[in-house]
Amino acid sequence: MTERTPLYAEHLACGAKMVDFHGWDMPLHYGSQVEEHHVVRRAAGMFDVSHMTVVDVDGSDAGGWLRWLLANDVAKLDTPGRALYSAMLNDDGGILDDLIVYRRDVGWRLVVNSATRETDLAWMTSHLREDVVLIERPELAMIAVQGPAALERAASWLGEAAEAVVALKPFGFLQHGDRFIARTGYTGEDGFEVILPGEAAAAAWQALLAAGIAPAGLGARDTLRLEAGLNLYGQDMDETATPLESNLAWTVAFKPPERDFIGRTALTRQRDQGVPRRLVGVQLQTRGVLRRGQQLSYDGRVIGELTSGAFSPTLGAGIGFARIAADVDAEQLEVDMRGKALPVSRVKLPFVRRGESR
Amino acid sequence: MSNIPAELRYAATHEWARLEEDGTVTVGITDHAQEALGDVVFVELPELDIDIQAGTEAGVVESVKAASDIYAPVSGTVIAINEALEDAPETINEDPYGSGWFFKLRPLDTAELDELLDAEGYGEVAEDESD
Repeated sequence: MTERTPLYAEHLACGAKMVDFHGWDMPLHYGSQVEEHHVVRRAAGMFDVSHMTVVDVDGSDAGGWLRWLLANDVAKLDTPGRALYSAMLNDDGGILDDLIVYRRDVGWRLVVNSATRETDLAWMTSHLREDVVLIERPELAMIAVQGPAALERAASWLGEAAEAVVALKPFGFLQHGDRFIARTGYTGEDGFEVILPGEAAAAAWQALLAAGIAPAGLGARDTLRLEAGLNLYGQDMDETATPLESNLAWTVAFKPPERDFIGRTALTRQRDQGVPRRLVGVQLQTRGVLRRGQQLSYDGRVIGELTSGAFSPTLGAGIGFARIAADVDAEQLEVDMRGKALPVSRVKLPFVRRGESR
Repeated sequence: MSNIPAELRYAATHEWARLEEDGTVTVGITDHAQEALGDVVFVELPELDIDIQAGTEAGVVESVKAASDIYAPVSGTVIAINEALEDAPETINEDPYGSGWFFKLRPLDTAELDELLDAEGYGEVAEDESD
């Protein structure tokens, strides 16, 4: 039996093709995932991301505990109303999950992946400290409103909070009534994500729809995040890869040196000994589509494989991420596509920034 | 429920074949197939003038979801390919039985068409897959 978000009926009303996504009945698309992709790049779209797991972290030692639990340093959040992206590592430096941590006026909030909900909660619970309390918030829904026109079109729904939301910096957030509104997202576009009570979600969805914000499904979400150079947990990273091997070195706070965090010893060793693999962006130089699992070679030697691949609607080309041997500096590689060797170029990420190719 | 025109013949691998008045056979993929694939983003057409055997690979359709081989429903010589699909592969989604056609064959033996499924037979195949 799959789980349903509070927006299930809205998806059906919008003509969604529903799929089982890690045990959740979620919209893949509402007709055309390519059109939904373009709408988010050019105007505004919204995604139901209520399947994601929200965990509030309270207690007098919550901040200190998070500084130990996460590879990024929550001490960078010097005021409430700010959030940051972090990996959560095991002792070997392998990535258990990636998440966003929000510093609230009182306490903290984590949003973690739904596919890793159980392992995350088990890990956090087994590493809990005395003065820290975890409260999962399954009653909350979450909608991501994304695109260059997202804030403008959502202004009337945001109401008296609109001005304050527009004034927030990226990764800033505010609480307005029962709405928790953050300038975050997974598309590389402007916009916001709102966490709100499940029973208020349908009315919010309908109001945003009426304001000209188009529903977009998981299919478009995947191509948008790929163009934006954002990793997907379970594909581009997992317990067998460290952040240094996943293009996430920027999310690991080695400073201050006295801060201990889970995985620090392993990461420091890997950094000092040399990182064996790295995650890079690649673009197919012929017509076609890159797919996860395709092998890359250089000079006749297999050097790695694609962890994600797709057809980029914005670029009109096959793009992907590949984890390759770190000693390969060549820009021009080959991909094995159903037995044919085709040329791919390494591309600096992101592929697309604010609607434009780089 | 997908559209399955009664006047066409079908392969279980989701191609349709239409015998034209001039004796040639036009081939494409079914509405059910395009629906299952999702947005088509790339096609690899067969080469002109090659001979292909019924049931062998004649091209590839890549959608946002997956790459699928296209098989020749009957044997014959490729006499036309729909080059417009190279720039507008989404035509396959929009009009699978019309401007989304894939290629035309001069069939070796039109009797091979009788071995293909009729609309009812293909409807059962499509329905089984949708379950």
